[in-house]
Amino acid sequence: MQIYVCVKHVPDSAAIITILQNNRIDENVIFLLNPYDEHAVTEAVKIKISLPGSEVIAVCFGQDDAEKTLRSAMGMGADRGLLVVSDAAQHESIEIARVLKAVIAQDGSPGLIFTGKESIDTHGMQTMFRIGALFNFPVATNVVRLNIEREVAIVDSELSGGAVDTYEMSLPCVIGAGRGLNTPRYPTFPDVVKSKKKVLKKINLEDLDVKTPKSNMSMVQLEPLLQERKPKEIRGDKGEIAREITRILKEEAKVI
Amino acid sequence: MKNIGVIIELDNGKIKEINFGMITLARAKGRELFGFVINADAAAVKDELESYGITQIVAVSLAPDQQNNPVVRAKSIINCIKEFNICTLLGLSTPAGKDLLPRVAAFLEAPLVMDCFSIDLKQNLARTSRHSGKTIATIKIAGDIVLFGVRPKAVEPLKAWASSQIVQFDGSNIVSEDFRHIKRVVDDKKTEISLAEADVIIAGGRGMKNGDNFSILSKCAEKLNGAVGASRAAVDSRWVPYSMQVGLTGEKVSPRVYIACGISGSIQHLAGMKTSTIIITINSDNNASLMSDCDYFIQADVLEIIPELTRHLENY
Repeated sequence: MQIYVCVKHVPDSAAIITILQNNRIDENVIFLLNPYDEHAVTEAVKIKISLPGSEVIAVCFGQDDAEKTLRSAMGMGADRGLLVVSDAAQHESIEIARVLKAVIAQDGSPGLIFTGKESIDTHGMQTMFRIGALFNFPVATNVVRLNIEREVAIVDSELSGGAVDTYEMSLPCVIGAGRGLNTPRYPTFPDVVKSKKKVLKKINLEDLDVKTPKSNMSMVQLEPLLQERKPKEIRGDKGEIAREITRILKEEAKVI
Repeated sequence: MKNIGVIIELDNGKIKEINFGMITLARAKGRELFGFVINADAAAVKDELESYGITQIVAVSLAPDQQNNPVVRAKSIINCIKEFNICTLLGLSTPAGKDLLPRVAAFLEAPLVMDCFSIDLKQNLARTSRHSGKTIATIKIAGDIVLFGVRPKAVEPLKAWASSQIVQFDGSNIVSEDFRHIKRVVDDKKTEISLAEADVIIAGGRGMKNGDNFSILSKCAEKLNGAVGASRAAVDSRWVPYSMQVGLTGEKVSPRVYIACGISGSIQHLAGMKTSTIIITINSDNNASLMSDCDYFIQADVLEIIPELTRHLENY
């Protein structure tokens, strides 16, 4: 089975974000593999091992330096990588899905396509559904358990409050990996060395026949979230503290 | 006709409180406001929806064995969009909404912004957090149909009465061949409300020391009709399930009060709760970063303070 994993090159969640010209971030920070995509790669590699003859292909649409993220995915066990290179830092979700669909369809015939359930930079939460719609494949998101049985995928998808929905999907299908699906398998030093020898194919966006979507989405403004809180200390014995918290809940927050 | 639609989330036939902020956002002068309720008694919720300005209540009926299937729900909403000329659709950015709105947007190849905390419907501008909550983006979307996911509790609900009529919409023939719902398992031990809906969240971190101690938080949350959350350290230690995690890779919440118990306050945790109105931090370690990024801090052992607070609330 050919298993495709769509990965995104995102700023480290711990990075200090600086905004330039009110509409983009200073990209001079550490970028890495989106954390949810780590679960996606790990699960894809797990399935590959259980289905001999399978291949895991990591796919990314990004700028040239996104190669680093594809190398991380290959270090975690993906067999090869495909990078659709763009000059622009941001694309809208509809275009991203069209590009990923085009490059996957050109490369092979997917049995499974993985993504992370969201990216930690734009938090769009929709690319997996758009890829599924373009291929006409079923899609599940926030998947925390996955079993492949012959021609179907059985998945658990987590709702809030501890509720879990179980779905059965025909293959091929698209899986949005959630936390809890697995513990990411981080590469060892020999894995990193090996990943450097794996094949990474770069494709220019212009060489893919992808039409720009009719609808559009544009960034009007990007600003830092500034929130100055002035912490006040609550002192006293535990009874006094409990009384003060109760007062805050009642008088300030008005929740009781 | 440029009609606006909102997908109403129900819980056992009742309208969840978090819908009213969204409806408040969706109202626009001179435009019909459609409220879609799926497999619910529309007459029973009519008064409540009218009080917030819904003018058309669409009672969508799905086959009972299909009603928990998000693909079937999405297809029924798409049929409604076409039937009622909806050009702007709003839904909640809750776990259920995150599995529904993007499906609708994907089938229609229409633009969608999730997790909006404010929307300007005249210009189709949405404000949402990006970069793990470190930035705020104002995004303009355009298209024949545009969709917005609204962050629960981001908008204060304001009543504005309108008279409404109920329209029946039959979706009982909609099925999904390749995506089948098998079962839903609900943890009965959890009776408290969800993180997204709670006005008060009491969250525990490494300072809780073990999973059993989380019952101390549950008891207190029960008194406040609040929810219990957890830091990544607590879920990674398997003390509590992943569904309770607040943070960058967990739930993003904006309650009125967030009580952080024994949570150091990593950037990733802050990303999930920094939009809370009031943050109270309880930690024995005065150097924990959340002690200086909150409204009130208490240097003490949470295992002493919270039971005392519970006792205090009992006698209150």
